[in-house]
Amino acid sequence: MERSSSFLSVKKKVGNVSTRRIVVTSGKGGVGKTTTTANLGAALAKRGHRVVLVDADIGLRNLDLVLGLEKRIVFDIVEVAEGRCQLRQALIKDKRFESLAILPAAQTREKEAITAEQFAKVIAGLDEFADFVLIDCPAGIETGFRNAVAGAKEALVVTTPEVSAIRDADRVIGKLLEVPMPISLVINRLRPEMVRTGDMLGVEDVCEVLNATLIGVIPDDEEIIDTTNRGEPIVLDESNRLRTIYDKIARRLEGEDIPITSFEKPTFFKRLIGAITTG
Amino acid sequence: MIEFLKRLFGPSDSGATAKQRLQLVLMTDHLALAPEMIEAMKRELVEVISRYVEVDREKVEVDFERHDHALAMMANVPILGVARPSERAPERAPEAPAPVLAAEPVAAGPQPLQQRKRRKKAQRAPA
Repeated sequence: MERSSSFLSVKKKVGNVSTRRIVVTSGKGGVGKTTTTANLGAALAKRGHRVVLVDADIGLRNLDLVLGLEKRIVFDIVEVAEGRCQLRQALIKDKRFESLAILPAAQTREKEAITAEQFAKVIAGLDEFADFVLIDCPAGIETGFRNAVAGAKEALVVTTPEVSAIRDADRVIGKLLEVPMPISLVINRLRPEMVRTGDMLGVEDVCEVLNATLIGVIPDDEEIIDTTNRGEPIVLDESNRLRTIYDKIARRLEGEDIPITSFEKPTFFKRLIGAITTG
Repeated sequence: MIEFLKRLFGPSDSGATAKQRLQLVLMTDHLALAPEMIEAMKRELVEVISRYVEVDREKVEVDFERHDHALAMMANVPILGVARPSERAPERAPEAPAPVLAAEPVAAGPQPLQQRKRRKKAQRAPA
């Protein structure tokens, strides 16, 4: 069911009530918010949705770089908020996906250059261009976080199976529950082998500790570094195993019920094998 | 050989340690974020104990201590006096609410926690 509606062909209807405004957040930095936003956005676009990715990290712009669009930026979100340009002018259309665009952050401004109200207004303006708006939230729980959340109606919380990331995710979940908004959890950079040997928190453990609904588990993969280096979404690489994982998360966002691959705890037998082979 | 047995029977897995530490630290975090809940709990605690013994209300202290594997609540409740058994008021039936509790606004104390808990469950259900 490919929808071939071109991105900038604005539909003459006022607002799009069904537009999903989703903030991608984590609390801790470096857990993969931007990578998740970029690849999930590309996966949604590949499935025929009109997608706008918003970089909410004012002063530390990166989403453009991850997607290889850094040379094409003219205006940014702060300029839109200040009325210096039209929202449409600031959108950078992706080269590879007709229906994917990004709204870049300002690189030389402070986080305080935009208020939560301004931010929410800009995001609301994207309804006419998009079915999905993914907001790449900055790390932390201060101004930048509050701005990004002000524009959203639901949240994807990204964490890795590490104690510091999980603690920060818990803090962020607490903040989002106060808003409130529906929350889905993405566990990033899981190393199944370490989970099997008991040296890493498993999927069930993380979900239990955070008491959150899981929407996807992304295993650790060196290739993501390679594709990010080149500024290419992983969904373009037909041979990559992560491609199907992002695609499945996209489908779950659409509401499809797809079981999530579980990385089970070690059984006694597996431990025995492990103990023999390594010891 | 010891290493072998350790790996076989655990707890070789640092994953389990991580989970245990996290659960403990998150409980502490949540408590730190809810001082009003602790105050309400303290008030009610004093009310209940006061039904049986005379308590120095001003000097009641409630603290949370982390031990290796658990979180414990430590309450320090100075007792001013204990009536002779013959002087004690006849025991109330458990279902009859104590008048002192019903009259105080304290009764509304635990409400926010219950609400929060319910909301937490509801919010974290699938969208």
